[in-house]
Amino acid sequence: MNEIPLKIQKRRTILDFIIQQPLGFIGLIMIIIMFAAAIFAPHVAPFNPEDVDFEASPALGGGQPSWEHLLGADAFGRDILSRLIYGARTALSIGFLSAMLGCTIGAIIGTTSAFYGGKVDLIIQRFIDLMLSFPIVVLAIVVIAIFPKTVVVGIDINVIIAIAIPFTPKVARVIRAQALTIVTLPYIDAAKASGYSASRIIFRHILPNVSAPFLIMLTAFIGQAILLEASLSYLGLGVVEPTPSWGLMLSGVNSDYYRTAAWMIIYPGLAVSIAVFSFNLLGDSLRDWLDPKLKL
Amino acid sequence: MLKYAIKRILLMIPTLLAVAVLVFLVLRVVPGDIVELKLTAEGGEVSLEQIEAEKTRLGLNDPLHIQFIKYMSGLPKGDLGISLWTEEPVSEEISARIGLSFELALLSTFLAVIIAFPLGTLSALFRGTFVDYIIRIITIGGIAVPSFWLGMLLIMLVLSFGKLPPLGTVSLFVDPLTNFNQMIWPAISVGYRYTSVVSRMLRSSILEVLSEDYIRTARAKGLYEKVVIVKHGMRNALLPTITVIGLEFAFLLGGLVVTESVFNLNGIGKLFVDSVVRNDLNLLQGLVLTVATSFVVINLIIDLFYAALDPRIRYQS
Repeated sequence: MNEIPLKIQKRRTILDFIIQQPLGFIGLIMIIIMFAAAIFAPHVAPFNPEDVDFEASPALGGGQPSWEHLLGADAFGRDILSRLIYGARTALSIGFLSAMLGCTIGAIIGTTSAFYGGKVDLIIQRFIDLMLSFPIVVLAIVVIAIFPKTVVVGIDINVIIAIAIPFTPKVARVIRAQALTIVTLPYIDAAKASGYSASRIIFRHILPNVSAPFLIMLTAFIGQAILLEASLSYLGLGVVEPTPSWGLMLSGVNSDYYRTAAWMIIYPGLAVSIAVFSFNLLGDSLRDWLDPKLKL
Repeated sequence: MLKYAIKRILLMIPTLLAVAVLVFLVLRVVPGDIVELKLTAEGGEVSLEQIEAEKTRLGLNDPLHIQFIKYMSGLPKGDLGISLWTEEPVSEEISARIGLSFELALLSTFLAVIIAFPLGTLSALFRGTFVDYIIRIITIGGIAVPSFWLGMLLIMLVLSFGKLPPLGTVSLFVDPLTNFNQMIWPAISVGYRYTSVVSRMLRSSILEVLSEDYIRTARAKGLYEKVVIVKHGMRNALLPTITVIGLEFAFLLGGLVVTESVFNLNGIGKLFVDSVVRNDLNLLQGLVLTVATSFVVINLIIDLFYAALDPRIRYQS
C-alpha cells in the first residue's frame, strides 16, 4: 500500500505576523498604546480635560507648550494633551462601534444576497449600487439630519449610526463576492440537504468563512470612521461640547489663533492622522497576510 | 461605440429615478421641526396655530402622496421646490453656488491626475528603492490626513508667508490670477487624498501588468523598454486607474463639504452643511439629488471613456 504523504500546514501564529509584517505590527503597537491611553485616561492625563484656566488661554497671550502644558492649552486654557487623551476615548469608541455595526450589517446583507441568489440577489445588488452613488460624508450627514440626537452612557448613538450606514454597502459588496464562492461548496449542499434553515446556514456555515475579509475591512473602516467622526464633529454635526473630540477641538479654533496659537491646530489633527494611519497600516498588512487578492 | 453609449445613457434613467424616490422617502418620512425652529429664531412666543398655518403655507401638511407627486413632477422641469428657510427656489440657491464647487472639483481632479501619474509610475518602475519608499510614505499620508486639517495647515502656511487672498470669491473670468490664488489651497487640501489613491492604484496595476506574459513577449522581440512600458504596460494599467478616478470622485464631493467650510467658500458643500443646521429639508433634498446625479453622470463619462479605450468592454455588453 502506498503511503499518502502527510503535509501538515503549520498554524500561523502572531509571531509569524510580527516577522512577516513589521509595518503592520508597528500599527498594532500604536493602536494598543492608544487604547491603553483611552482606557486609563484619568491616570495618564496630567489634567482634567474640562478644567478651565483662563490664565493659560492664548487669548491672553498664554497657553504655549511648556513643562506644565506639554502640548499647550486651548482658548479656555484647557490642557491640550489631556483633551487629546480623553478624545481618544471618543474617537476609538465611536470608530470601533460604528465600523463594527456597519461591517456586521454589511456582512449579513452580503451573505444573504449570495445565499439566495436570483431575484433577491439582483434587488439587493441594485439597492447597493444606489447607495454607492451617495458620497460617504453626504450620506452620513443626511442620517445626522434625520435622526434625533441620542446619547446613551456618554456615547452618541446617532453619530455611530450615521457613520455605520455609509460603510454597509461597501462591505456587503465585498463579502457577497467572497460568499458567492462559498455557496457553491459541497458542505453548503450538505447543510441544505440536512434540512437546516437558511438563517442557520448563513450564520453558522457561511459567515464564519468570510471572517478574513471581515477582519480586514473592520480594521480599515475603524480608521475611516475615526476620520469621519472628526469631520462631522468639526462641522458641528457630530459629538458636542463638552465631550472631548479631536474634530471638535479643531472646530473651535478662532481665526486669530492661526497666527498666534498654532499648537491648537497642529496637535489634534496630528492625533487623527496618526490614529487613521495606524489602522490603515494594520489593515493593509492584515490583507497582505490573510488574503492578498482581496480588493477593497 | 454609439450603440454602447446610447444603451449606457438609457440605463442611467432608472438609476436617477430610483435615487430621486429614495431621497424623497428618506427625507420626508421623518418629521422636521423646521417651522418651529424658524419662527422661534425670529424671537418671541409662537403659538401652535401659527406653526400649523406656516406648515400649511409651505405645503408640509399635504398628504405624503400629494407631496410626492408634486416633487416628482417638478423634477423634469428642474423644479426642486422652495427652500424652507430663505423661500427662494432651491434650484436657484444651488445654481448660484454650484459653479464654485464645480471649479474646485475640476481643479483638484486635474491636480490629482497630473501629480498622481508620474508618482505612481515612478513608484512602480523604481519598486523597492528609496524613490518608491518616499512616494509610498507620501501617498499613505494622503489617506490618513483629514482634508480639513490639511486645509488649516495650508492657511497657516500662507499666513506665515504673507497675506491671505481676499475674502469672497472672485470669478475666474473677472480676475483669473486672484481666483487661482483663492482656489489652489482648497484644491490641494481636497486633492491630496485623491492624488494618493490614484497613484497607489496606478502603482499596483503597473506592477501587475508588467508581470504579464505579453510584456515578456514584447521585451523578447526586442522592443525598446520605453515602448514596452508606455504602449504595452501603461495602456493596460490605465483602465483600473480610471475606474478609481471615477469612484473617488464621490469622495471628492464629500471632501468639498468639509473643505468649503474651512476656507469659507460659498459653494454647495457649505450650503449642504447650512441646510442641515437649519433643518431645511427641501434644500437638503435638492442638494443630495444634485450630488448623486453628478456622481452618476461622472461615472457614465468614465464608463464611456473606458469603452473607448478598451474594445473588449464594448463587445461584452
